[in-house]
Amino acid sequence: MANLKDLSKQKALFTGGHRGCAGCGAAIVARQVLMAAGPNTVVANATGCLEVVSTIFPYTAWNIPFVHSAFENAAASISGVEALHKSWVRQGKYDKKVNFIAFGGDGGTYDIGLQSLSGAMERGHNILYVCYNNEAYMNTGVQRSGATPKGADTTTAPVGKIKKGKEQFRKDLTEIMAAHRIPYVAQSVVGNWRDLTSKVEKALAIEGPKFINVFQPCRLGWAYDPEMTCEIGRLSVETCVWPLYEVLNGQYKVTKPKEKKPVVEWIKLQGRFRHLLKPENKPLLDDIQAATDKNWEDLLRKESLTPQVKTPELKPS
Amino acid sequence: MSIQKREKKPGWKELPEGDLIIGGGTASGFKTGDWRSKRPIFLKDKCIHCLTCWVYCPDSAIIVQDGKVIGYDYDHCKGCGICYHECPVKGKAIRMISEKEAKAKNTVIAKAEGPKQP
Amino acid sequence: MDKTNIVARTGNEAMAEAMRQINPDVVAAYPITPATEVVQIFAGYVADGLVKTEFVPVESEHSAMSACIGSAAAGGRTMTGTSSQGLALMAEMLYIAAGLRLPIVMADVNRALSSPINIHCDHSDTMMVKESGWIQIFSENCQEAYDNMLQAIRIAEKAKLPVMVTTDGFIISHGMERLEILSDADAKAFVGEYKPEYYLLNFEKPITVGALDLTDYYFEHKRQQIEAIKDSKQIILDVAGEFGAKFGREYGLFEKYKMDGAEIVIVAMGSTAGTAKVVVDGLRSKGVKAGLVKPRIFRPFPKEELAESLKGMKAIAVMDRSDSMNAQEGPLALEIKAALYDAPAGSCRTVLSYIYGLGGREIKLEDIELVYNDLSEASKGKAKPKVSYLGVRE
Repeated sequence: MANLKDLSKQKALFTGGHRGCAGCGAAIVARQVLMAAGPNTVVANATGCLEVVSTIFPYTAWNIPFVHSAFENAAASISGVEALHKSWVRQGKYDKKVNFIAFGGDGGTYDIGLQSLSGAMERGHNILYVCYNNEAYMNTGVQRSGATPKGADTTTAPVGKIKKGKEQFRKDLTEIMAAHRIPYVAQSVVGNWRDLTSKVEKALAIEGPKFINVFQPCRLGWAYDPEMTCEIGRLSVETCVWPLYEVLNGQYKVTKPKEKKPVVEWIKLQGRFRHLLKPENKPLLDDIQAATDKNWEDLLRKESLTPQVKTPELKPS
Repeated sequence: MSIQKREKKPGWKELPEGDLIIGGGTASGFKTGDWRSKRPIFLKDKCIHCLTCWVYCPDSAIIVQDGKVIGYDYDHCKGCGICYHECPVKGKAIRMISEKEAKAKNTVIAKAEGPKQP
Repeated sequence: MDKTNIVARTGNEAMAEAMRQINPDVVAAYPITPATEVVQIFAGYVADGLVKTEFVPVESEHSAMSACIGSAAAGGRTMTGTSSQGLALMAEMLYIAAGLRLPIVMADVNRALSSPINIHCDHSDTMMVKESGWIQIFSENCQEAYDNMLQAIRIAEKAKLPVMVTTDGFIISHGMERLEILSDADAKAFVGEYKPEYYLLNFEKPITVGALDLTDYYFEHKRQQIEAIKDSKQIILDVAGEFGAKFGREYGLFEKYKMDGAEIVIVAMGSTAGTAKVVVDGLRSKGVKAGLVKPRIFRPFPKEELAESLKGMKAIAVMDRSDSMNAQEGPLALEIKAALYDAPAGSCRTVLSYIYGLGGREIKLEDIELVYNDLSEASKGKAKPKVSYLGVRE
């Protein structure tokens, strides 16, 4: 586990000069993932905010080899790169150890890219897929996705005279990935750099497919003051809206908050939930709290059902 | 204020084939400092060099040398204030001021240090 | 040619054989009738260690082309195969492969597009992606399919453009024919090594592939691509010339069959050209001045060269195994007409369009005889429909 002093001495692998919004959480994810991964990394990126803001020709924020081709295929693209690496190593044409990382937003991961992601994970490529999950299609202007939480105001599930934002709960993609029985699945968050970088290091030390779902507050779509990005990220963990946990070879390990806060503490900071604070919407707020509690208890049960077995110490690459 | 210079853009025969950008990190040549409405001011004496601001800055705009913060890259800082918010120092080692105020101060300094009237 | 290199093969087997000899770094593919066998046979070669290829059995054709793009951008010689709905699902990625100038080679077994769903041959799949920026090479038989695959690798890597080599579903893909195979050493020497200048796995020179172009760069990148497809015509001829000189089988942008002294001509692609040759032979023996032009390269379209070859004709029939759904002629007929519009004054203006063989409907010798008969009458001034549908029940 590297410390910040050492990390700050590395070459910047994701540079400034990208066109992300002030306070962009996706840029923080990209920067911190690459800090942990180091320079021998190839990145494939799905179409989306991160790709758009970071590669406006002729400017690239990526100081490592990078490929983007389309929206729904980051996992397939990186599996092609990884397959070539495997082929060249087997042929004796290449000997460098390389990290293969795909980035996709929640739209490109939960929705349109789910098939490609599932296929790549099932095939067992030696890749790490990082979802920067900001819970809506932010690049096209805050439309609802399969990751958007119940009650959130988006442009395609707006709050109106009758409707109160998105009517469905989000799907649990992390569990879908865990059901692929891949060696490493985790949830992390913007606002806890130690958690994110250590999970990336851990994942990259494992051979095979890995998936990290990083919760990423978006000041535009969530409607909050830009300086609050990391704070809101941490609050999502403290309210158990987004628990930090990992599933290593089927074993759950949950990082528990010191004190579980009510969900409203997280909700009240975000414009997308403004309507939930009205007295008439109290039942909806209660519904969200109840679902959050149930998910949290389910997760703790999974952890208790898969007791920790001492695994050999993993050495980061 | 426009920081960007008008570039002479290459014709199709001069560009590398296939939508390629050759070389990494060319975005550092693109300035986003003029997006800023607030400016972070570094309070050197208060800084404990924990590098929290550096690790969370979305725009890689905290300049660190030998593990110590030495200032900000105003060419790229967009003024989001994450550095200020995350600073763990009691009373903060960063102060956010409005760009307007910052420019007014700069003008005063520039005038004070400017060439003397003949 | 060593006699032991003459074998009996289906079109799919011939294409798989060419892929074995090319020995690409990566193949990513998904099964689809009637192209399945190409990659299935190839997967057998991988399982037996006959090739060094990393085979990626993806979960869809979209991912097949996406993985191919990843591999090719990373610097590898990359191939795939598909057909019909698979090609349609790939369509988005086909444009991207061409725009990124990646030399991917695909075995494309022509099959009708849904709906109605149908597994048999027509050219609607290939025609659907004719504007994708891929070089498109049509094959008349197994031998051409095999030879075209070997040449396609060289063409793609020189032109920095992807190439699809087509065969007619079932007719060629599953029909067994005599095939002359190059020795592995000759094939290897012919295709050579692939050495891209820029590639993802080169950490010395990092690149960003697939950047976002706004209004200030998109047109310049597209202009480059337009020039590349124009330039590829000469590359195709150069590669064909080298292939012919080394192995004795001659190829061009198109084939002229009994065009000396011809007055009426059919233009047709794929296996139908083989059927038409039999009809031409019969008509010639009866003194009818019939000829055939078989475009091999549909993209880039050899406009001037085709117009030149059709000079002096009295009537031309263009046979399309797909329809444009534009209430006009078939896609090949439209291209031929456009070519003749720019040809020197006095060139043939009697161009009849025939849509035939959709969904695998058989095209018989009598059907083609009927077309030549129409042409004879048209050449004598008799009015004929501009578009006819051959072999459909009225």
